[in-house]
Amino acid sequence: MSKEIFALVDCNNFYVSCERVFEPKLENRPTVVLSNNDGCVVARSNEAKALGVGMGVPAFEIADLLKKHNVEVFSSNYTLYADMSGRVMQTLSTFTPDIEIYSIDEAFLNLAGFSCSLADYGRKIQQTVKKWTGLPVTVGIASTKTLAKIANHIAKCSPQAKGVLDLAGSAYLDKALEQIPVEKVWGIGIRSAIKLKRAGFATARDLRDADISWIRSKFGVNGVRTVYELRGICCYQLEDNPPAKKSICVSRMFGRAVETADELKEAIASYASRAGEKLRQKHLAAAAMTVFVTTSRFIENRYYNQHTIEFAVATNDTRELIGGALTCIDSLFRKGHQFKKCGIILADLVSEDRVQKSLFDSIDRSKSRRLMQAVDAVNTRLNCPLHWAAEGLNHPWQVKFKRRSNRCTTRWDELLEVA
Amino acid sequence: MKCKVDIVYSPDMSTKRKQPLFEARVPAGFPSPAADYEEDKLDLNRHLIKNPAATFFVRVAGDSMEGAGIHHGDLLVVDRSLETRDKNVVIAVINGELTVKRIRIKKNKITLEPENANYSAHQITEDAEFEVWGVVTNVIHQL
Repeated sequence: MSKEIFALVDCNNFYVSCERVFEPKLENRPTVVLSNNDGCVVARSNEAKALGVGMGVPAFEIADLLKKHNVEVFSSNYTLYADMSGRVMQTLSTFTPDIEIYSIDEAFLNLAGFSCSLADYGRKIQQTVKKWTGLPVTVGIASTKTLAKIANHIAKCSPQAKGVLDLAGSAYLDKALEQIPVEKVWGIGIRSAIKLKRAGFATARDLRDADISWIRSKFGVNGVRTVYELRGICCYQLEDNPPAKKSICVSRMFGRAVETADELKEAIASYASRAGEKLRQKHLAAAAMTVFVTTSRFIENRYYNQHTIEFAVATNDTRELIGGALTCIDSLFRKGHQFKKCGIILADLVSEDRVQKSLFDSIDRSKSRRLMQAVDAVNTRLNCPLHWAAEGLNHPWQVKFKRRSNRCTTRWDELLEVA
Repeated sequence: MKCKVDIVYSPDMSTKRKQPLFEARVPAGFPSPAADYEEDKLDLNRHLIKNPAATFFVRVAGDSMEGAGIHHGDLLVVDRSLETRDKNVVIAVINGELTVKRIRIKKNKITLEPENANYSAHQITEDAEFEVWGVVTNVIHQL
């Protein structure tokens, strides 16, 4: 069996780093990025972490701290982050064709068979991503994905590593595993961690040396895999073919509570319209639609409900999608509730060229397709796109991104300006 | 790898535009003499952008580089992956501010030169925070 080598490449403080690329004066300044609606902290610069800003903390709770230390605060700019993520992945794919995009800011690379020094190669990856995209990354290298995660974690914390650590065949592997608390091991959830700690397993090294049959009886086959992975036996290969999309979801939090059916309908109509665009981009059609509405989870009079409808003929016509979504809202809306969020999930997706036709279909499908293509074509060209009337005009329910930076890689009118 | 799409915008798959390489119809067996010479369309993206992952568009503000044909409001194509050479026009970061200038590298001395007599050159001192952000490869100027 040829020996596997995996590298986990992970962008440091990804959202904050993206902001810094286009605003270099933020370098070395405490900076945080907030979630939708400027709710919670979702990214922190190292300086902000040092000030004690926690991950996921509601912004209002730390308003004083942020002000006192003059922390730079940004609304999330997902358009920018997605574009920068694409650039990082594109850069990484020049180093090996075997790449698994694990999340917006992480990728596994398979480096098996590379004869050069892996640490040097990792360093080169780090330097190239930094130069091409401006983003700092950490590279952890090891013989399994689980160990690569650990290598990455140590590389991030250790000043000597300078962001690159090769644990493959390293004499320090035992030492490294001793540093890692068992709950930090990839694949070990909170519950398993509690169980393990009770049984006396505190570190990754303890877990590695655990008795396999005991692990199997307590944690099943996935637990066994994790132990094997810690022993350097590869159980998880790269997943390089992301499964075809099984559903498309568009849902957003409202900027403020929504109490009328009219506003709820406007919102769901614009999500339906967005979902239709997504469908058509992927040349898919949906045969089923689920709409859900919910109030805040934290209030007494809580209400969550969902409604699913099926289309006789799978469709990606926005008019049909909006029509269906509005029917759903009619059956979901209850007076007296303060809605916080609604969303639409399109399921039962089929290729738009392979839609099962119906004998009794009353819609001219080819005409519908041409209309949708025309709308999409117009919308890609106009700064002020065409909207469906049901979406309404002012969108008072929409989330406000008060402190969002410019979308300088995807909008002509928001490009970076340089004097 | 397909590389027809410019980097700044995601590929637009919303419409289908079929572009056969051979357009000429052959009704009676005589092929068009031009058909053999038909080539793919010229693609400005491919011409201007060698490395999409590292290429960014930047808008010019101000007139300090007019001598280099870079005017207020122009669009710069910036490739971060290129190594900086003497006389390159670059986007540089000085003390946290972005600027477009011509870079001069002589031995240990780096100078950023404007191309407009109303501005003066800026020599990079050792204590300055300085970095080349990217190399400008093209100017797009609307007439």
